[in-house]
Parts: sequence; structure tokens; C-alpha cells
Amino acid sequence: MTTTTSRPAGAKAVAARLFGGGSATVFALLVLVFVVIAFMNPSFFEPPSLMAFLKKAAPLVVLAVGQYLVIVCGELDLSVGSLVGAQVAIAAGVIDGEESRTLPTLLLMLAFGAFIGLVNGLVVTVLRVHSLIATLGMMLVLYGAIRLWTGGAPTGALSDSFRQVGREGIDLPAVRQLPWAVLVAVGIGILATVLMRRPFGRTLVATGDNEKAAAFAGVRVWQVRTIAFVLSSLLATVAAVLIGGYAGVDAQVGSGLEFTAITAVVLGGVVLGGGRGTVLAAMAGALTLEALFTLFNQLSLPSTIRPLAQGLIIIAAVAWAARERRSPITQS
Amino acid sequence: MHRTRVLVAGAAAIMLTLTSCTTDTPTEQAPAGDQEQEQTADGEWFVRADYDKELAQRDKTPEGPADQPWLQAIEPELVDTAQYKQDGKTLCFSNASVSNPWRVTGWITMQQQVDVLKQAGEISDFRVSDAADDDNQQISDIQAFVDSKECNAIIISPSTTATLTQAVETACQSGVPVIVFDRGVNTDCMVTFIHPIGGYAYGADAAEFLVDKLEPGSKVLALRILPGVDVLEHRWAAAQEIFGKSDLEILGDEFTEGDGAKIKDIVTQYLQRGDVDGIWMDAGDGAVAAVEAFEDAGKDYPVMAGEDELSFMRKWKDTGMTAIAPVYSNFQWRTPILAAVKIWKGEQVPKEWVLPQEPITEADRDEFLDRNKDMPSLHYAKFGGEDLPGFPNAWKDR
Repeated sequence: MTTTTSRPAGAKAVAARLFGGGSATVFALLVLVFVVIAFMNPSFFEPPSLMAFLKKAAPLVVLAVGQYLVIVCGELDLSVGSLVGAQVAIAAGVIDGEESRTLPTLLLMLAFGAFIGLVNGLVVTVLRVHSLIATLGMMLVLYGAIRLWTGGAPTGALSDSFRQVGREGIDLPAVRQLPWAVLVAVGIGILATVLMRRPFGRTLVATGDNEKAAAFAGVRVWQVRTIAFVLSSLLATVAAVLIGGYAGVDAQVGSGLEFTAITAVVLGGVVLGGGRGTVLAAMAGALTLEALFTLFNQLSLPSTIRPLAQGLIIIAAVAWAARERRSPITQS
Repeated sequence: MHRTRVLVAGAAAIMLTLTSCTTDTPTEQAPAGDQEQEQTADGEWFVRADYDKELAQRDKTPEGPADQPWLQAIEPELVDTAQYKQDGKTLCFSNASVSNPWRVTGWITMQQQVDVLKQAGEISDFRVSDAADDDNQQISDIQAFVDSKECNAIIISPSTTATLTQAVETACQSGVPVIVFDRGVNTDCMVTFIHPIGGYAYGADAAEFLVDKLEPGSKVLALRILPGVDVLEHRWAAAQEIFGKSDLEILGDEFTEGDGAKIKDIVTQYLQRGDVDGIWMDAGDGAVAAVEAFEDAGKDYPVMAGEDELSFMRKWKDTGMTAIAPVYSNFQWRTPILAAVKIWKGEQVPKEWVLPQEPITEADRDEFLDRNKDMPSLHYAKFGGEDLPGFPNAWKDR
């Protein structure tokens, strides 16, 4: 082969990867959505606007990482939306505007998150309740417990330092502000990517792919899955800190986030049932979903059409991504 | 295989184009004061007679004690209740839900009012069912009260208008006095229907303030909770009517579900595309997030219509922005309890008990903030429970 022929072949391979299906589809869709946004509103790509977009998207990216860890090992976590709401309510209730309580409250939230994840994990693995039911139950328990504790609507207030991470950033000349939230999301993304390349990550995927085979190979399936649930709840806690910081306390915070997170992960080509997909694609799924929301806003699409358009685009994207699994592309 | 892929790609492309096409229409038709036809509120949620009536009621002086607005009534038509005079003291309440801070606040006030009357021996038993925003649940809740035959009066706060009408009629037919408050139903079989002036007045208070405070040509963004709920649609219909006759430019109206993150995101995006001079909201939930979007974008504060929710009122004071807090009188939760006791005594009550509904302006803002200084941020300033013995702890430690 000469170089002249290998070049186009290389480009073809890249194109095949991008548009051929599987996880890569989401990147193609992301690019497509960004191109349409750029066409509609070029100012979107000015650094301050872009940073504002990334700041808004950061919590969903973090949630998508957590949901990915659970989905890839063959489970689902429906409790994350309620957990975000509960954590913000706890933060507001405990801090109650006192700066000095910020750090202890953060630790309390992490402990609470880890505890919820542990309960989810053990109920699924030891009591053998299907994760759909176990986490659905947890979703209702958290929702109800917070209503009970707060009497229906969150009370108290967050401190300014608590809100720093979700709201403020490092002042830079070009982008005006590099939001902390973006740094947090990128950091978690890197950690998760590294984790998935380590033995634990591979075990997680193997468990989702074939539970029995993994068990025969010496994997303690219950342990691996429980850890995945704990990580998911911890990441939901981080997302709660970001969301609470971004917009403050209201009665609606967190509602419906579990489905948005699952959608993001599935959009990233990660297979429900486990065993396939990359964490990077899951994060790209979250970004794509947020980009779609932004696009709908830019288009000032009537709110009645939005869910319809969103649903069609997601089904089309996932159907496309699924093609590769049915008939893998042979690259010669 | 390639063909299918092309098909899918084509479909996706068509979809994106289609979605962008649909938007062209509303954008082109959008505002500019001269297009009155487009901007004037249209039929579905706008009944001009009701609109005119509510706007006129704002200027009427309500009858009753001025320091107890929950007992005041605008243009009351008193009805005789001698037929319901009795010694039974079991009060039943079918609540639609306590699913938002406004209802939570009112529910606490109502319970405190009941406690007072229980101690006075006016009420012996207070039975409550909460339908959690489920029409079917509320219909069976009301049926259960009727079947028990133990209620001496039934208070109903309907979850939706049309669906609950039948259930309210059933309750009326059982012979016990029925009291409806907050949202209405399509029947007048109840003894009294208690409500503040209404959604048109609320939306008009907010819209008139913006028209008054903003220069002609200023740009206003409308933030709405949900489509299709009558009390909220009336607010927006009234605002459209008033904006249509003004020289303000309406940038858009967006549904937010009262979610702070969504509100902040939407406002931030509008600010990226250009200036926003005013914000009109159909309810104050998440109003602070909208204000913060201006702060974070480094823009001047807008002229704003929020609500009498404390988080917004405190932000209003802290920032010194130009704002108004329209009020959907939360103290109405006390009235049905007091009405029930009046009916049991055979005292006259208004057939339609229209409570006063006055916005909080800069003039009386600080007074209301001071009265509510210990209250949590999702509390409503005009909750009207300051004279109840449980104040302030019952509302503070919810």
C-alpha cells in the first residue's frame, strides 16, 4: 500500500467510526447539534457563552458518569434524582445560612450519599431485589422522607461558600470565568476514565457482560455491583452540590434527573443490561442532551413540541448506535 | 445496509430542518406593539367579562375587619345558612395536595386555625385526606367522607376544575354544607366558594407594573410554570392583554416547571443573545435564580414581577432592584375553617367569598419582611397567621 491510498482509507476508517454506529454515534450527533447551534447563533461559541453552557451541563455529566458505572455492570439507578433533591434539602436545612457549617455539611452529605448507595447495592445484591424496583423504592423513600422532614418544602438556606463550586469560577481574561463546576466535571471524567482502565473497571464491564462467567472467573459480583451503586450515589451527591450551587434551593430541585441521566448514558451508546459502552461516550451523551436542550431554546421551539423532537432524536440516535452491534463493521 | 443508514441520516436531517422551520412562524409573528391582533389574549383561556370583573374588583374596598383580611369579602352576596345550623362539630377537609411551598404554607395556617377553634370547643374533630394531585383519589376521598356520614361540613380544595365538579355535587347532595376554596368547580351547589380575586388580577398587577416602570420598546421575558392550568393561564392571558396594548417587546414565554436550574439556564441564554429589561413571572417559584442569572452574566438587574415568596422578597431588598410581588392571597386557607363554624351557627356567609388580593410593593415590602423575619425562604409573606398562637414556630419549624 502506498501512502496515497492509505490516507483516504484512514479517513474512511475515522468516518466509519464516527458515523458507523456504536458509541461513536454520540460524538457525531454532538458535532451535528453544535453545528446547527453555530448556524443559528454564532455567539454561542464565544468563550463566555460556551462556559455558561458547560457550567449548566456539568451536573448532568457527573450524574451520567455515576449512572454509567451502574448501567455498565448490568443495573439501573433510579434513585439519583431524588437523592439530588434530598441532598440539596439536607444542605439547606443543616447549613441554614451559617458559613461555618459548610464543610461539616459537605462531609455529612458525602456520608449520607455513601450510605444510600450502600443500601441500594446491598438490597440489589444480597436481597436480590431487581435494581429497577430497589432504586425505585429508594427514590420514593427519599422523596417521602424529605417531604416528611421539611414538611413539604425545603427550609433553610445555603451558604455563599457552599454555592461557590456550582456558581463561581476562576476569573480568566479570555473566557471571563472558568467555572469550578467544569473543572469538577472534567476531573471526575478523568478519574472515571482511569478507573475504567484499571482492573476494577474491567471487572465492572465483565460483570455486566456476563455475570456467571465473571463469577466463575473469580469476581465477587455482589461486591463489584455494590461499589458501583456507592459510586453512583456519591457522584449524585457531587451533582447535588453543583446544582444547589448553580440555582439555589427550590422545591423542584432534582425532579426527573434520573431519567435525564439514563437517557444521557443510553444516548452515549451504552447498552442497558450492561457490558458495553465507554464512560467518555456517556459523558458525551450528557453534553449532547444539554446541547439539544440549548438548541431547542435557541430555536425557541414551542414547549409542546420539545419532548416530541427530543424523543425522536434520541430513538433515532440509539437505533443507529445499535446497528453496529447487530452487524459489526469489518475494517479491511 | 448503506441505504438504510442513508435513510436514517436523511430522516434525522429532515427532522432537524422541520423543527427549525416550525419555529420561524412564532418568531416572525412575535410582538412589536402595533400587532395588537397577535398579542391580545385569545379565546381559550381569556373571558373578557371575568377579566374586566377581576380588574375592577382590585379597586373595590372589601367589607369586613381591615386587620383580618381573611374575613373580608369584596361585594359579598350573603346567603342564609339557618338550614345548616347544628351542634355537630366534625369538620372534614379534602385537600388536593401539599405539593408546593404555597400549599404547604397555607396548610400549616389552616391547621393552626383549627387548633384555636378546637380549644374553643367550636370544632371537635378535624378529618383530612390528601389526594396528592390525583383527581381520582380526590373523588374517592370525597365519596368516603360522604359515605361515612360523620362529617358535619366538608371543605374541598379541588385539584382540577372539570373533573371534580361531579364529586362536589355528590357532596352537596348528601345534605351537609360544602365549602370550596382556591380553585373552582363548575357548579354553585356549595354553600360558599372562597377565593382571592383571581388569576387575571394577579397577571395584570405584574404586567401593569412592567409597563409602568419600563421605557417603551424595552424587552420583557415571560417565565411560566406549566401550560394548561387555568389559574396560571389566566395570569398569562391578562398579561398578554396588557402587553399587547403597550409598547413593550415580549422576547418570549418559556415554561420552567418552577425549576431554578431551568430558569437560570433559560434566562442566561436570553442574556447571551441580547438585553432583557424586564421579567414577568406567572408564579414566583425560582424567581431568585432568574435574578442570579443577571448577576452571573454581569448585567443590570431587570424590572421584575415575582411573588410574595420570601426568598424573592429578600433578594429584592438586598439588591434594591425595581420589583413588585403580586400576591395570590395565602391567608385564604384560614377562611374555610372560619366559614364552617359560621355556617354551623347559622350565620350568613357570602355565596362567593372574594378575598382581597393586593400586591406587595416597595412601600410595604420592608414591613412584610420584618413581620416574617424568622420565616424560611419558601414561605409566603401574606400567609396571615401572625395572630395565631402557634406563630412563629409552627411555620418556622415545618
